[in-house]
Amino acid sequence: MTKSDLIAQLAERFPQLVAKDADLSVKMILEALAEALGKGDRIEIRGFGSFSLNYRPPRIGRNPKSGEKVDVPQKWVPHFKAGKELRERVDGAVESI
Amino acid sequence: MTLTKAELADLLFEKVGLNKREAKDMVEAFFEEIRNALEAGDGVKLSGFGNFQLRDKPQRPGRNPKTGEEIPISARRVVTFHASQKLKVEVEHAYDGSES
Repeated sequence: MTKSDLIAQLAERFPQLVAKDADLSVKMILEALAEALGKGDRIEIRGFGSFSLNYRPPRIGRNPKSGEKVDVPQKWVPHFKAGKELRERVDGAVESI
Repeated sequence: MTLTKAELADLLFEKVGLNKREAKDMVEAFFEEIRNALEAGDGVKLSGFGNFQLRDKPQRPGRNPKTGEEIPISARRVVTFHASQKLKVEVEHAYDGSES
């Protein structure tokens, strides 16, 4: 499923809204999620999951082409942890226990 | 600070002009559609943000940490998230200069 598929599904769910509202809503939500993480804020969506940042310490890397050493500075990387409902629904095996 | 569905609904109310009910339902539907796709075994690609993918993990041996008893961890399907290059760049320096 792509972003445009998602927008189309939402437009279908909300026939009382103009199609542009679904489009704008998806873009605003994704923008807000990215912005929150950009500020170092956590995101917690009950039943879906949480997004947070993980720390990567500075290290000395290598340019794979030249073999030359390069300093890779510390950085933060996005991390997602699926929530209980999402975990259980995706793992069909859980239902058969 | 933590971003939740309530803040996202407020945003849609203020910026998109949905009414409060619609804004709340839209946020719920946004995540529900993603869950539906993943539940159906379909990956989700949100360009500029990231991809949600599915991984099938085989059964592996496990142990009850309390009793030491061996119990197999059953085969399962899990969701993984891969941030887009754009998102990675946006968060790289999230806490720079904010250490106080």
